[in-house]
Amino acid sequence: MTDLTPVLSATWDAEQSWKLGTYEEHGGYGALKKALGMPPADIIQAVKDSGLRGRGGAGFPTGMKWGFLPPDDGKPRYLVVNADESEPGTCKDIPTMLSAPHVLVEGVAITSFAIGCNHAFIYLRGEVVHVYRRLMQAVREAYEAGHLGKDIHGSGYDLDVTVHAGAGAYICGEETALLDSLEGRRGQPRLKPPFPAVEGLYARPTVVNNVESIASVPSIVDKGVDWFTSMGTERSKGMGLFSLSGHVNKPGQYEAPLGISLRELIDMAGGMRGGKELKFWTPGGSSTPLFTAEHLDTPLDYESVGAAGSMLGTRALQIFDETTCVVRAVTRWTEFYKHESCGKCTPCREGTFWLAQILERLEDGHGTDADIQQLLDTCDSILGRSFCALGDGATSCITSSVKLFREEYEAHVQQGGCPFDHSAAALFDYASAETAEEAHA
Amino acid sequence: MTSTADTATSEAVETVTLTIDGTEVTVPKGTLIIRAAEQVGIDIPRFCDHPLLAPAGACRQCLVDVAAPDREGNVRAFPKPQASCTMQAMDGMIVNTQHTSDDAKRAQEGVMELLLINHPLDCPVCDKGGECPLQNQALSHGRPESRFIDVKRVFEKPLALSSEILLDRERCVLCQRCTRFSKEIAGDAFIDLQNRGAMQQIGTFNEEVLNFDGYEPIGVAAEDESGKAFSSYYSGNTVQICPVGALTSAAYRFRSRPFDLVSAPGISEHDSSGAAIRTDHRRGKILRRLSDNDPVVNEEWITDKDRFAFAWQNLSDRLTRPLVRGEDGELHEASWPAAIARAAEGLRAAAGRTGTAADKKAKGVGVLPGGRITLEDAYAYQKFARVALGTNDIDTRTRISSDEEQAFLGAAVAGTGLGVTFSDLEKAPAVLLAGFEPEDEGGVVFLRLRKSWGTQQVLTVAPFLSRGAEKLSATLIETVPGAEAAALAAIKAGTETADALGQDGAVIVLGERLAGSPGALSEALRLAKRTGARLAWIPRRAGERGALEAGALPGLLPGGRDAASASARQAVADAWGVDGLPETDGRDADAIIAAAAARQLDALVVGGVTPSDLTADLRKALDRVGFVVSLEVRRTEVAQYADVVLPVAPPSEKPGTFVNWEGRLRGFATAIRTDAISDHRALDFLARELGVDLKVGTVSDVNEQLAALGAAGKGERVKAPTAKAAKASAGASDELVLASWHLLVDEGALQDGEPYLAGTGRTAVARLSQATAERIGVKDGVVTVSGERRSSIELPVVITPMADGVVWLPAKSPGSWVAQELGVEPGARVSVKGGI
Repeated sequence: MTDLTPVLSATWDAEQSWKLGTYEEHGGYGALKKALGMPPADIIQAVKDSGLRGRGGAGFPTGMKWGFLPPDDGKPRYLVVNADESEPGTCKDIPTMLSAPHVLVEGVAITSFAIGCNHAFIYLRGEVVHVYRRLMQAVREAYEAGHLGKDIHGSGYDLDVTVHAGAGAYICGEETALLDSLEGRRGQPRLKPPFPAVEGLYARPTVVNNVESIASVPSIVDKGVDWFTSMGTERSKGMGLFSLSGHVNKPGQYEAPLGISLRELIDMAGGMRGGKELKFWTPGGSSTPLFTAEHLDTPLDYESVGAAGSMLGTRALQIFDETTCVVRAVTRWTEFYKHESCGKCTPCREGTFWLAQILERLEDGHGTDADIQQLLDTCDSILGRSFCALGDGATSCITSSVKLFREEYEAHVQQGGCPFDHSAAALFDYASAETAEEAHA
Repeated sequence: MTSTADTATSEAVETVTLTIDGTEVTVPKGTLIIRAAEQVGIDIPRFCDHPLLAPAGACRQCLVDVAAPDREGNVRAFPKPQASCTMQAMDGMIVNTQHTSDDAKRAQEGVMELLLINHPLDCPVCDKGGECPLQNQALSHGRPESRFIDVKRVFEKPLALSSEILLDRERCVLCQRCTRFSKEIAGDAFIDLQNRGAMQQIGTFNEEVLNFDGYEPIGVAAEDESGKAFSSYYSGNTVQICPVGALTSAAYRFRSRPFDLVSAPGISEHDSSGAAIRTDHRRGKILRRLSDNDPVVNEEWITDKDRFAFAWQNLSDRLTRPLVRGEDGELHEASWPAAIARAAEGLRAAAGRTGTAADKKAKGVGVLPGGRITLEDAYAYQKFARVALGTNDIDTRTRISSDEEQAFLGAAVAGTGLGVTFSDLEKAPAVLLAGFEPEDEGGVVFLRLRKSWGTQQVLTVAPFLSRGAEKLSATLIETVPGAEAAALAAIKAGTETADALGQDGAVIVLGERLAGSPGALSEALRLAKRTGARLAWIPRRAGERGALEAGALPGLLPGGRDAASASARQAVADAWGVDGLPETDGRDADAIIAAAAARQLDALVVGGVTPSDLTADLRKALDRVGFVVSLEVRRTEVAQYADVVLPVAPPSEKPGTFVNWEGRLRGFATAIRTDAISDHRALDFLARELGVDLKVGTVSDVNEQLAALGAAGKGERVKAPTAKAAKASAGASDELVLASWHLLVDEGALQDGEPYLAGTGRTAVARLSQATAERIGVKDGVVTVSGERRSSIELPVVITPMADGVVWLPAKSPGSWVAQELGVEPGARVSVKGGI
């Protein structure tokens, strides 16, 4: 049985956990002081040795990413923290910044010092105003305490941190779109190359990292590489936040070593709602192919999940029990992708527009068998053809659900409607919610 | 005179060799796969790709399979098809297009299907139908049947981006060619993408679309001072590069089908750039004009004036038959022989060539061909004047001019062949503009300068930073009109500006307006000598440079020869087979008009001259002079005074040559065959009637003579001017110095009959500095400007950061016809009063 390993979430239950004082009482900013005494190259090497992989979904080794920066030419280089958490089901960065913003700020300071950056940016999803305030306050506190600003703790190192709130676009989680948005342009992905490490923000070398990746850095510096590598599996080291949502009794963030299984996590989460059967789940958010009960024991690390046909992604485990109509769930996700497609490239823009119409038709019972094939064909026209990976992500839930639950799609066609009782799947009073939604619309 | 090709620079180019569909091709390093494929004749379908725009990779139509060597040199296939319009060719790359790869074919068909789901099936009524890349490529690379049975997204249509450019958003495939053109090429960011997903759309700033509350556009996207949405001078190019029928022009919308049109290449008559155009006509009527691709001159871009201003030649006042004034005092249609006979009779008497005693009293003929004529016409006019009429009183410069300018043009421009080129301008590390607004007066010159934005330093000697200069990030050398000479003289060795101009390849661009600033052209020559920068003279009108080469100025003979030089005159006389050329110094245009008004001339021969463009009172001169022959396309104001009106062909109905400001010969053939004849042919008839064979009846006749004459020899040239700057004179306290130039879109005669174009012009405003406005006491935001005529100009005031003591007015915009109403030229003092 795997145990929880709260590191980022260690102080979440403390009184006023977001305050600098609370964070420092728990040893916060010790790692920064230690790091400022180290040669920057040693910090980068430590992160490389720790095997920390990007926690934003792609799992690219963080230390290696830092190593791609060209040699210092005396001109600015930037660290940009991607805090534009928008993937359906993903809720790890927002709680981190809400409950322990200083772990991120400390990580930003250490990382910036390591890569030789004097101005770091945190690009936050604009809708979460309360988190924006917490983050702003944390940065202000850090400045006042001398953790940021000029000559940090007498080291001679200067760092400014800017917290920027986006305007609310899923695409701005794509790193180059994020950079364009941060520069004040329309948030759409850029052509690569040049990659951000060479020409990123303001056409200068830039490291773009996820919140959780950066927030993991202080613990690596503080507790050491050996401590970090003692957790996780051979190629997926360390701990990570697993966000359980949906039909479990205790949804929430569970910080555990990579490689933990969903069976263990569901146990920790108090089991399935009402003892119902697990029907399907997403291992890493809605952009990753669906898993079923068959994958309950698949170790949740990058390699194992990949080998089983999906992606670890952001470890956003959305759990659906047997009462859920998969067509309905997939339709809602697809509507999200249609709404959030940035519009730059044809496959994603037009494809999601079409998919949403086909799915809505199928869900309503007006579809045909040919529509199911059309879904797959349209997904084929998007997957691998779109400008950025978001288009690919939009197809995952459709292709995997048709593969796993084709008969359910066919049932919609044959019965001329949805065979499920929608209220059974709801986690709330469905009847009154429906009227409330109408009133809201 | 000139060669038409730039000297090729033979630098060693690093190349890569790749294989496309089994064919090996070697291309320069950095070439995109899609371009490399073109080299071997493999056509990959595309929409967003355009060779003159930065790659976007947006439409995804050009997906191909690519395998490339990795670091160890093993050729490995990319897991997904790649956009060939964004990926550069690599050595050893293997590319398989739709011709050889099923994956690529499937990918392209998939993208095409997606492009079409939201595209309306309105090809039968769409202007683009028949020449539409989407239509064509849907047929060649798409699925035969549509599988989309759902609801298409629709938009209100059309959206007027300006009075000229209309956008049907539901047809748009969002390739971003238009927005990229606007940002990258023209620098007018007035359209952009808005909203997202399937509702993403092109538009001007629209609060409703953007759901912005209370925000207003700022910077270059903002409305201009008059509150009118800003329109680009180059917006028509977006219509031409739109790969679907989303962007259309109001002038051409629903007028024609492309397959009913006959296309002919031509050269624009609107400015001195000589932009290559394509004229599309049907049953003798021009339906539209497009840009032709000429990489050394205009690339693929033209101004909106080049594109849309062609209606002038087919308005109801178009002349088709000669007119002769009858005894009733009215003009009557006449046959060509009758008209020629009447014209010859009048001119013979005025020129003193009747062979009777009356000849002694004859005071002569003045010739004003106008600045819009071809090289051949200009040559015919001057030969006609010098041989048939025996006078040097010929001047095409019916605009600001001076003796200093003539000396400058004779010494530094005429007969010098191809000088600074568009390519030189583009490559110049520094460019100094004097008396020249690149966007308003240069047209595509602006685009070339803009192409080097960020790498080129632009300096401008002007009273304020115009919008065009601002888009070039130009540095202003603030100068009161008339003080240009001092401003140029102040660029002393060792100053930053002099250092910039001292760089290899630096260029000084001089506009025709400098002629009105005493000493400026002389000073420019000194500055060029001092810094080593090259000089380029860029006049406004298409015929100006050709007229110099042809010698249609009083003091210039063909090839830049000095009319005052006996040896030059002899050389030309020998070539023409005449005894000699007139020795008396010729009058310039203003002097000809003044002489005619004073009855010191007996007759005028007038080409395309618009009286309202002149500060001199041409109407009075025409009224008083004894005999007037007019050669015109349209029945203009000059005809009111003419005794004989000879109809001549507009450029689209004749062959000829414009010489552009570079000195490049821009020959064109007849686009539309009519029975209209060129000026030179009419003059040939007239000369024959006068008993002289000028041999200027055909273009080839003229060009043979020009070739035989060649450029001036050493001793035959005009000496460079050494004029001094005029001393600034203090005027009355309510007087300001006038600054003015022609905006690109204004009320010039060649823009008549095109209301949609006119609607894109900038609204006329008067510009004053804050201090000046306070001094004169502007009331109600309006000023009244008066000059030497009884009339005045009233315009709204826009406070502009500019030289104090100066008022700027547009030269011929609605409500601001400066030459006609004020009768003064820029640099003169005008009276300015606040209020009306």
